[in-house]
Amino acid sequence: MRKRPAKFRKMTNSLVSGLAVFSSLLGLFILGWILYTVLVRGIAAFSWEFFTELPAPPGMEGGGLANAMAGTLVLTLLATVIGVPIGLLGGIYLSEFGQHSKFAEWVRFFNNILMGTPSIIIGVFIYTLLVVPLGHFSAYSGAVALAVMMLPVVARTTEDMLQLVPNALREAALAMGTPRWKTTLNVIFRAAKTGLITGVLLSIARISGETAPLLFTALNSPYWFSNLSEPTANLTVTIFNYAMSPYADWQQMAWGASLLISVGVLSVTLFTRFVLLREKK
Amino acid sequence: MTFFQETSTQNRSDTVFKSITIIGAGIILLIMGALFVQLIISSGLSLKAFGFNFLITNVWDPIREQFGAASSIYGTLVSTFIAMLFAVPLSILIAFFLVELSHPGIAKWISTGIELLAAVPSIIYGMWGLFVFAPFMAEYIQPFLKSVFGNIGLFEGPPIGIGMLTAGIILAFMVLPFITAVVRDVFAMVPSVVKESAYGMGSTTWETAHKVTIRYGIQGIIGAAFLGLGRAIGETMAVTFVIGNAHRISASLFAPANSITATLANEFTEASEPLYLSTLIELGLVLFVVTFLIQVAAQLWLRRVKKSMGAQ
Repeated sequence: MRKRPAKFRKMTNSLVSGLAVFSSLLGLFILGWILYTVLVRGIAAFSWEFFTELPAPPGMEGGGLANAMAGTLVLTLLATVIGVPIGLLGGIYLSEFGQHSKFAEWVRFFNNILMGTPSIIIGVFIYTLLVVPLGHFSAYSGAVALAVMMLPVVARTTEDMLQLVPNALREAALAMGTPRWKTTLNVIFRAAKTGLITGVLLSIARISGETAPLLFTALNSPYWFSNLSEPTANLTVTIFNYAMSPYADWQQMAWGASLLISVGVLSVTLFTRFVLLREKK
Repeated sequence: MTFFQETSTQNRSDTVFKSITIIGAGIILLIMGALFVQLIISSGLSLKAFGFNFLITNVWDPIREQFGAASSIYGTLVSTFIAMLFAVPLSILIAFFLVELSHPGIAKWISTGIELLAAVPSIIYGMWGLFVFAPFMAEYIQPFLKSVFGNIGLFEGPPIGIGMLTAGIILAFMVLPFITAVVRDVFAMVPSVVKESAYGMGSTTWETAHKVTIRYGIQGIIGAAFLGLGRAIGETMAVTFVIGNAHRISASLFAPANSITATLANEFTEASEPLYLSTLIELGLVLFVVTFLIQVAAQLWLRRVKKSMGAQ
């Protein structure tokens, strides 16, 4: 063992502790910096027209992103309708039927991998699967891409939450002659309600801020959302297009859209964290 | 008699229910399989035209239809490497602070803040990176690096803010919360007896963390780094905004560059020629295979670690 004076060791300790405090503060500082920037620049873009009108050409007064807001809502809603039921079913299977069977282990394994697959890959995949055969960009291919992103998250949280329900509840229901599907949907789901809602909300928060899967599927559009088989305006792709444009007023619109998205995503995240999860305890 | 009838209908309804849930689970496997098949089929044209050389040649000429992905792959590797270089030590330090130094009440608030970094959508990082952080880099950090290290090699060229270094640093902050969360759990999993024996020998807090806790949990920390790596390598929007989009390989970290994801995001909808499109899809395939391997490695690794540490 090398011998080192206590003074030196204490100094090293204080130095590293100082660095640790600094790193933590740095993380918080970056978060604050981002949120502050989005808030200040975003609010400057807000106006009545911003929420009610179609986009205006660069240089023109007024104009808004009402169509993109509507489009994002439609896409998110549709993705939820597709992704959540399948995810719930997958989660039920893993927790209630599959457990440690080989098939369940494989599903779990690939579910985790799907969760970590880059969102842009999902976009390319849906492009080759739906956009190319059908010949056009569309709202439903965008929604399917988002649903593919939701699916693994919902399946995983569903399994975790159902696992938390004590087995005594299952046994009690089954002992009364209740079929398994009724036990699952009426007893276990009720017991795990808060957790399931949390999982679904978090997955919605995750996809509503996604851009990459929509770039090649829903694309974007300057018009109102009219039907599911057409390119659809949405906030995130609009941010991308406007931010990359050389026009100052478009860039300001992008900040407005950024603020909307951030407020939406962060408030859902905080809501689940502080309201739902606290309720559970 | 009625009793038996009832049971048999119940059994039937349960069989149906179970089959439906199996379909739900099967769809997950199906998507994974279809993803592979679709990407391979759709990149067929490019696979046939360029073969293995696609990965190592550095040309990008949509007009003459000559493509090589070297510059994109290089950009992805370097920006990810920079991200890990910053994110791993920062995460370990933050986890050290949260578990060993801070009052539990304060730690809870700080870890909420760090976790919120993960909730911020990547396009917001892109906006902030392009309009706020890149100018900040150009104004302060890059001139500072130049004045310290001189105008050579890594720090050559005008300090324009965008480029590999900026992209790497923003990526670091994006993956920080994921790595921190796992490292924090690993730190907390170390039995207190082990730590106490180090304290009992007269070790300082850092010596205990560095020589006992980290060494005890090193496998978990490596797994965490892998998870972060998988995230960083596939991150799209933030990188696209700040990396500069130039199909070049330059030694300088200040020069505009490209990554696989940025190339895809920028050029995919503009690619009208079948070969061009197929090339881009092959880029996607390359990225998918790489992230797939990283994810598999991380999962197998973490599973092994959990077993050896005794799942808690």
